[in-house]
Amino acid sequence: MPIIIDKLQYVYSPQTAYEKHALKDINLVINDGEFIGLIGHTGSGKSTLIQHLNGLLRATGGTIYFNGQDIYEKDFSMKYLRSKVGLVFQYPEHQLFETTVYRDVSFGPKNLGLDQLEVDVRAYEAIRMVGLGEEMVDVSPFELSGGQKRRVAIAGVLAMKPEVLILDEPTAGLDPKGRDEILEQINKLHKGSGITIILVSHSMEDVAKYADKLVVMNNGGIAFYDTPHKVFEHYKELEQMGLAAPQVTYVMHELKDRGIPVKTSATTVEEAREEILRILKK
Amino acid sequence: MEMVKTEGLVFEYIRRNDEGEVESINRAVDNVDLRINKGDFIAILGHNGSGKSTLAKHINAILTPTEGSVWVGGINTREEEHLWDIRQNAGMVFQNPDNQIIGTVVEEDVGFGAENLGVPTEEIWERVEKSLKAVGMLEYRKHSPNKLSGGQKQRVAIAGIMAMKPQCIVLDEPTAMLDPMGRKEVIETVMELNKKEKVTVILITHYMEEVINADKVFVMDKGKVVMEGTPREIFKEVEQLKRYRLDVPQVTELSYELRKSGLKIPEGILTVDELVKAVCALKKE
Repeated sequence: MPIIIDKLQYVYSPQTAYEKHALKDINLVINDGEFIGLIGHTGSGKSTLIQHLNGLLRATGGTIYFNGQDIYEKDFSMKYLRSKVGLVFQYPEHQLFETTVYRDVSFGPKNLGLDQLEVDVRAYEAIRMVGLGEEMVDVSPFELSGGQKRRVAIAGVLAMKPEVLILDEPTAGLDPKGRDEILEQINKLHKGSGITIILVSHSMEDVAKYADKLVVMNNGGIAFYDTPHKVFEHYKELEQMGLAAPQVTYVMHELKDRGIPVKTSATTVEEAREEILRILKK
Repeated sequence: MEMVKTEGLVFEYIRRNDEGEVESINRAVDNVDLRINKGDFIAILGHNGSGKSTLAKHINAILTPTEGSVWVGGINTREEEHLWDIRQNAGMVFQNPDNQIIGTVVEEDVGFGAENLGVPTEEIWERVEKSLKAVGMLEYRKHSPNKLSGGQKQRVAIAGIMAMKPQCIVLDEPTAMLDPMGRKEVIETVMELNKKEKVTVILITHYMEEVINADKVFVMDKGKVVMEGTPREIFKEVEQLKRYRLDVPQVTELSYELRKSGLKIPEGILTVDELVKAVCALKKE
């Protein structure tokens, strides 16, 4: 069942001097199993939007339907919503607190009131899903590297068995290999379990590589919602919004401007390579 | 003239148990000899845990060496009586803009460092104005810092350092938390300070495309400097960089892939323009 966001509005500090319309009339349908990239400049409303999806913020107007139910209906359980929509914050490793990786990851499922066997199964499964070895289970999370800590934090959310996983800049501050590793792992998870992924990112290259569709936010509204190819065609408008296109997209447009008849839709290295080879071999 | 020099620099993080006995030793910086000339724009690359930040913290004496020595502007960082000279000489900008802004008004925040150096009030205001101008934030001088974007906050942090009139700025992943526009603003600001104000810049980053204009790039791995050269020399070594958990700018990677596919594209391409020219030249043949 899709998530339907219907005329969602959110105003910070209403009726004060600091009143700010962070979300303005957002309409969006996210289908099951999609991999969505959410991009937008700082302050465009990305974080505000994702906090609505698991009920951390309550809209000041409009509503959200999750699995066909209006989440603001009186008898709708926010606890249920939060167990189905997992949110991994920025720098999630700051939220680690337990003495071992296992204890940290099992904290969530334990609090769902599951029996010990189920808690164990979920914790071990989640640890495996993020690509950490069994030998890590009893290690203190604070002895791990930055990228490993972050995986532990993601495992903690996965152990809740969410149907939707939202990640707010999961690669910020990681080295290039660490970035690739985390994104590959998320991609594998998406392909393997069919979980819906919403990836908030400032890296145009990353969302171009992994996402099926991009949501572009600007000043609290949605500027574009389309495939990466279509969205990055608007690279000039994206620049106006403080964003950009992947470097290879600029290469293609520049080639075309200089009279080489390339298709400009490439957004990844692989696509650009094929298109340049095609045109040169003619 | 050298801005920063290290000789046989070693730094060990030593962990002790409750009894004070040594439990483990982690050698974060391992025998580094570094020469950074005045006015240079230097970039340091390396994976998480490679020792970059530990090295950087030696440049303004937040850390002092376990072995070996560090000189900043000719002063040995072990000389405690010169600690404040060193810190005034080498300013540092960190990753998270929100952790380094303390003022409620932009111009007060920028003046804070200079004020603590005991600069006369009149001169502080002159320096604040000049620094804000240099980072392109003068029109925001009366604003509240918490309403600014990430890139603007980092520029305010840089202005605060400039107001202390340092000869050298160390930036430790200043763009890690910023959007594309914010990253561009900060890097352009830093490059301009380097060119116009002749400030020595030491930039630590995980974004490869930010270092293509550096005079020199150092690559660190396991606490050692393992590669050293111009961006073009460094980014030619695609496979080697990947082994060090690093990468190359996307356009360099595309050029490398095209070369592997048999196209005659020069090595070490760093910009969109260079690649476009190379492809156009091939098309004409």
